[in-house]
Formats: sequence, structure tokens, C-alpha cells
Amino acid sequence: MTKNATLVVTDLRKTIRNKEIIKGLSFELTEGEVFGFLGPNGAGKTTTIRMLVGLIKPTSGHISICGYDLHRQFSKAIRNIGCIVENPELYPYLSGWENLEHFARMVPDIPKERIVEVVELVGLQNRIHDRVRTYSLGMRQRLGIAQALLGKPKILILDEPTNGLDPVGIREMREFIRFLAETEGLSVLVSSHLLSEIQLMCDRVAIMSKGKMIRIDTVEHLLKEQARVAWKVNPVETAKNILSKETVVISVQGGTLITPYEAKQLPKWNEKLVQAGVEVSEIQPKLPTLEDLFIELTGGETID
Amino acid sequence: MINLVHNEMVKIVRKKRLFIIAAIIAVLVALFTYAQFKHVQDLQERLGTNDWRTQLQQQIIDAQNRLNSSGLSDEWRKYLQIRLQQQQYYLDHDVNPSAPGAPTFMRMFIENSIDLFLPLMVMVIAADLVSSEASGGTIKLLLTRPVKRWRILLSKYIAMILSISFILLSVTIISYLISGAVFGYKGWNLPLLTGFTINGEELNTSNVHLLPQWQYLLIELGLAWFVSIIVGTLTFMLSVLMRSTAAVMGIMLAALISGAILSSMVSSWESAKYLFMVNLRLTDYISGTAPPINGMTLGFSMAVLAVWGFIGFVVSFAVFTKRDVY
Repeated sequence: MTKNATLVVTDLRKTIRNKEIIKGLSFELTEGEVFGFLGPNGAGKTTTIRMLVGLIKPTSGHISICGYDLHRQFSKAIRNIGCIVENPELYPYLSGWENLEHFARMVPDIPKERIVEVVELVGLQNRIHDRVRTYSLGMRQRLGIAQALLGKPKILILDEPTNGLDPVGIREMREFIRFLAETEGLSVLVSSHLLSEIQLMCDRVAIMSKGKMIRIDTVEHLLKEQARVAWKVNPVETAKNILSKETVVISVQGGTLITPYEAKQLPKWNEKLVQAGVEVSEIQPKLPTLEDLFIELTGGETID
Repeated sequence: MINLVHNEMVKIVRKKRLFIIAAIIAVLVALFTYAQFKHVQDLQERLGTNDWRTQLQQQIIDAQNRLNSSGLSDEWRKYLQIRLQQQQYYLDHDVNPSAPGAPTFMRMFIENSIDLFLPLMVMVIAADLVSSEASGGTIKLLLTRPVKRWRILLSKYIAMILSISFILLSVTIISYLISGAVFGYKGWNLPLLTGFTINGEELNTSNVHLLPQWQYLLIELGLAWFVSIIVGTLTFMLSVLMRSTAAVMGIMLAALISGAILSSMVSSWESAKYLFMVNLRLTDYISGTAPPINGMTLGFSMAVLAVWGFIGFVVSFAVFTKRDVY
């Protein structure tokens, strides 16, 4: 069964003062998935997110939300989105409850019960009538999510949701996001420059650099593709010659050779090494982190 | 729309702005009431009588003495002469120009606050209506609701108009209550002269007629409301254009103060009459005080203000609905 696409972006571009900042992005979000948006600072993640929620007008390209064009049917389209852009900034002089009431009044048909519901969902019952000024960052983050969920959106867009949270907060946030996607069937778009975070909570990842999408794939796929095998061998030169005939030797580090990981070929390669009299003392598959992958894909580039 | 305006009013009220403004008005009114009280006492002591005719005669003599002294600038001399003619008219027609009583005090308070104090209070409300949302980051939440941008801005504008009306209402009520405690609450039907027109140096009294004070007061309140709305709209525009509330306040304050200074020195720079800040003293046209520049009339000033207000309104909406929000 193929899942429905909730957000479709086609050839999105943004030019500011003759400088193209976003260079033609296209991607889709489907129901119930957590989609990671990964890139270094300045890659264009936040600009893209601001275009998705209508804060910035794209120079060209289309954004379609649950079938509605964001530009032409703004109100209908945006109803399906809940978002936190950057920090969860709410009115500090109002209580959490008043903040939620405020945003509820801006959307037709949100009963009081819905506010109670989202407050319970994010677990803020005890402090909801205190002023937001007195909240910790973690509580503000929760209130921000409560506000985003008020209108029962189909898509949740969170820009750096774990920013500034402590480790416990980060884990809670991660579990909460997984819960929303799996149980409530929301599409969640999460941006981050923390690779470990994305790796742990996303189904699919888009890697962005300098305003372009370098790769979009499932986390599993990306990791598998970039898997490596480390061979601890002696003598190194002979082993390198033999392996070069079969595959690519990526690097030589002392007595260790690095080649791509191909499960079926491993025994064959090993056999050849042994036949040639090479001592193989260790064969170790290495699953890369997104970190390695990212540096490899972007060439460890810096922002210009 | 009602919901949106409700939201904006909640924010204004919870920021305690209206409460602070009411408190400032109360303090100032009390201060001026005391000053006025002292002034009246002083005059009575000096003249040895509380008969306003002698007071007015004394004022006329004072003015004549000043006119005879050398070292007066031409502008000042002209102004004194016009005032003199006017006072003479009051005396001849047996009308007390400043009969004490709360309504008279209210009238004077409004006349004196129209070009600086009221605009200042309006600024306190309008300056951060939009800029605080931008600097606090809440603008991002506001604009990602299923509401068109112009509706959000319009709700803020309506909230501003409501607040301005509240400010004028509290000025009226507070000044009536406080000054009445000292001067008495009577004087609503006191006849006042209006319809003075000033042509060059001549005070043209051909259109002068009597108006009961309550009507006179209503007209002045209306004019003060109009001025406040225009100043509010311009502040609102700056608030849309700038993130920093302090910058908005600074610019508006500079404009208002420069208006007060310009009014006293621009009579030779004629095109200055198209600046909004020299046109704020609308009530002067009613009471017959000379305008800062020849040829300015009530209609002219209101038209100039209306044009400035219209431009401010259009710019606010054009910028707000188009702008990229970062």
C-alpha cells in the first residue's frame, strides 16, 4: 500500500538580491513518516521551512499541502500545517493557557476541549495557567508543540526541535515525535544539524548543502550504501594488489585496508587473500554514522 | 474578525498599557488642576478681586505694555495683537473666556495636549503593535494561521482605534472628575465664541458666533480624536517597517518635537505647512489662535493630515502583506 503524500514541493527556488539561495528543491512527505532535513548552518534549511509555512514567498516553484496550493489557497493549505520555526516564541506576558486560547481564536472551530486535549498531550497541565515568562525552555518547547497541534494538522514542521534541550528533554522530544507519526499518522518534518538526532528519529533524510538537495533516501539505505569493511592484513602491499582487482581500496591506514561492504563477496575476497598467503587477522564491517556520510557527500565543505 | 480584534485587545490590556496611560493622565490632570488653581488664586490676589472683567482688562493692559516694549519679534508682536483684538471682543460682548469649572478645564486640557501629550499616549499603544511581534518572534506564529495577512494587520489597526478612543474617553472622564473637585462641575452651557478667521494680521470676526461649551467641547474632542488617529496611523506604519520599538518611538518623538519647534519658527518657510507635525494644533482654529504659517486653515490642516494618514495606512498594508518574514 502506498501512503498518501501530504506535502509536495516542486522545483522550489528563492533568490534574494540576485543571489540564488535555494536552488530548485523537490521532495515529498507522506503520511506517518518523519522526514529529516539535514544540513550545515547556512545550507538553506530555515529559508526552505519559512517558505513551506508561507512566511517567505518563493521566487518560483510550487508547494502543495494536502492538495491545496500554498500560494493560491493559503488559508486552506496552511490549516493542515502546524509549525515551530526556530525557537518557540510565545507571548511571555500571557499564561500558557491564554497563549493557546489566542491561537485557537485564529482558527475556526477549535473548542475548549481541544485546548485541554493538547495540554494533556504535551503534559503541561500543572503549569498551564502560569505566565510563559516563568517557563523553562523545555516547557516553552512543549507549549510550542501544543500550539502547533491545536488545529489538528496533518503535517508538523519543527525547526531544530531539540535545540537547547537537555539530554532527557531530547529523548522525550524524540519519543514524542515518533509517537505523533506512528500513532496519530502525522507527517513530521524535522530540521537539524545534529546528525545523531536525525539518525535516531527519522525514516527518511534529505541532505541539503548550499541550497541544493544532495540526497534524499531512507536512513537505512544511506547507511547501508556507505558501509565499509576494514581488513587487518599482513603484508599490506600484497593484500592491496589482490583486493584492488576485486573492488576499490578506499584507504590504507597502517596495517588496515578499507573497502566497500558487500556481504556476498566477502568470503570470496577473503579466500583469495588467504590463497596468496596474506595473513588476515581481522575483518570488521563498519556501519558509518550519518556524520561520515555527510562529510563524504558534501566533501566536508564549509559555508561560503 | 471579531476574534482577531479580541486577541489584539487582550494583548494590549495584558501588557498593562491602557492602565499605565490612565494613570499618567490622572497624575497630569491633578498636576495641571493644581497649577490652574494656583494661577487663578494668584490672579485674584494680584487684582484683589475675582471679577473676570478686571482680570481680562488686566490681561489686555499687560499685552499692550508688552507690545509697546522694544525687542519683540515680528511674529510675536503679530500674535499679541491678534490675541488683544480677541480679548477686546470678549470684553465688549460680555463673555468670560475662561470661566472656571470642570468643562472649561477639560477644554483647556485638550487644547494643550493635542499636539504633544495625546500623540505621546497614542505612541505608547501604537509603537509596538507590530514591531513587538517582529522582535519577539511571535509574528511567525501569527502569520502561519489560516488567516490572510491583511486581516491580521486590520485587526491590529482596529484595536489601535479602539485604544485611542479609550484614551480620549479617559482623558475626558478623568479630567472632568479631578478638576471638578476643585473648580466645580458646572459650566456645560457656558457660551463660547468661535468662528474666528485670521487673514494676515487682521482678526476677521465677521463669522464669529456663540456656541454652548458642551458643543464646543465635542468639536474639540472630535478634532483631538482625528489627530490621534493620524499620529497613530503613522506610528503604526513605522511599527510595521521597523523591528525595534525604540526606533519607532525615537522617530515619532523627534517628529512631534520638531513639529512643536517648527511651529514657532517656520512662518517664513511656507512649504513647511505640508508637514504633518505643524498641523496638529487643530483646536487653535476653533479658538481663534493664529496658525504658524499664513494661509493655513482648519480644512487645509485636516486635508494634510488625512493625506499623511492615508499614505501611512497604504504603506503599512502594502509592506506587511508582501514582506518576507525572517
